[in-house]
Amino acid sequence: MAEAHPTHLLTARDAGMVACTDCTRVWPLETERCPRCGAKLVSRDGHSLSRVWAWWVVGLICYIPANLYPMLNTTFMGKTSGDTIVGGAVTLAMHGAIAVALVILIASVAIPMGKFVAVAYLALSVQRGWHTSKLRRTQLYEMVEFIGRWSMIDVFVVAVLSALVQLSVVVSIQPGPAALNFALSVVFTMLSARSFDSRLIWDSIERDGEEEDLT
Amino acid sequence: MTHSPTIGDDLEDLIACPTCDALYRVDAPGNGERAVCSRCHHVLIAPVEGAILRVVALALTIVILLVTALFMPFLSIEASGLHNATSIFEAGLAFSRAHMVILSLAVISLIIFIPILRALLLIYVLTPLMLRRRPWPGAHTAFRLSEHLRPWSMAEIFVLGVGVALVKITAMAHVELGMAFWLFALLVVVTVFQDGYLCRWSIWHALEESPEPGAPPSLAPAEEAPAHG
Repeated sequence: MAEAHPTHLLTARDAGMVACTDCTRVWPLETERCPRCGAKLVSRDGHSLSRVWAWWVVGLICYIPANLYPMLNTTFMGKTSGDTIVGGAVTLAMHGAIAVALVILIASVAIPMGKFVAVAYLALSVQRGWHTSKLRRTQLYEMVEFIGRWSMIDVFVVAVLSALVQLSVVVSIQPGPAALNFALSVVFTMLSARSFDSRLIWDSIERDGEEEDLT
Repeated sequence: MTHSPTIGDDLEDLIACPTCDALYRVDAPGNGERAVCSRCHHVLIAPVEGAILRVVALALTIVILLVTALFMPFLSIEASGLHNATSIFEAGLAFSRAHMVILSLAVISLIIFIPILRALLLIYVLTPLMLRRRPWPGAHTAFRLSEHLRPWSMAEIFVLGVGVALVKITAMAHVELGMAFWLFALLVVVTVFQDGYLCRWSIWHALEESPEPGAPPSLAPAEEAPAHG
């Protein structure tokens, strides 16, 4: 497919305009609300990074107890035992369900950890003006936004298990305190990523006054 | 395709990439084609033939599937002569037994209310466009809200969670899959198709046109834009 490849791309801000990130329409710079869709307009969200870090920190604070306390408590013949996220995955793997153990480990450990690292990296790269590939960073950001919500899977697993496994005295499953912490951590990191104004990644090009190799 | 803007372009012919702020002059792609931001590769415009009709149909399907699923048996287990069944609603409420009412509300919102709300908003926004009428009052706010709700609509993640939960218990109990389970599985497929058909720019463009009653429709905005060469 033919694509326009101008050597010097003009941004809406360069052109003295402000873009609506909700509906992609552009307006004169001083416009406060998008006349088409009603969204609030800001050329660059100056508070973006503060909000990213604020949500990031509370997300991390919730993520620690989420790993230390049990996600679910199983009562089998009157004896109760708790399973943490990692503990539950290990038990699954020992019972031979390697694939499912991997799904849990990826969704509940790898994705949240990767997300903390990725969001911190993106925010720092903008704050410190790092010269890493802008395209790669944008793709990383879009991936974080796309994948982050899938971490919620473990909360749903706990919901289904504790609703279903209620067999009077023989076996019953109750949700553990980590479930709430974990769900909050997922919500806060989603909010952290959504607070990030990805246009900031590209602004440093203009600061440098040169077009960078985009590939 | 999109091109660099030149002096004298009308504002309404311009589009800015929401991801990187690059400015383009709109030269809307045909159905099935895509306009991609040349520097950050964000998909700007991706119209699909008859998208509005398809999205409305799929949104209606989502509402019917979800509401029906609420009243159908979801899962039941049997082990050593004991039996227990749960509905989707009861699965959501599981946390409230462990003093986590807020989490119960959140789970029920994420898997039931938000998907239904989002589908209803889309029906509200797109039905007049489909019937070639003026948009209904508040359609712009409704569409903006629906787009903001998109990441919080987690029915498909719930389905995968059910799958993982089933693997965990099949070893210790016999599990029966109810109708609601299959309806939810179907819901995942419908949602994926719906999101594939939904081109944000085309809908905003169609909403903006808001034709006079009786005027020619703006069903396929792509056809009204300048021919691309």
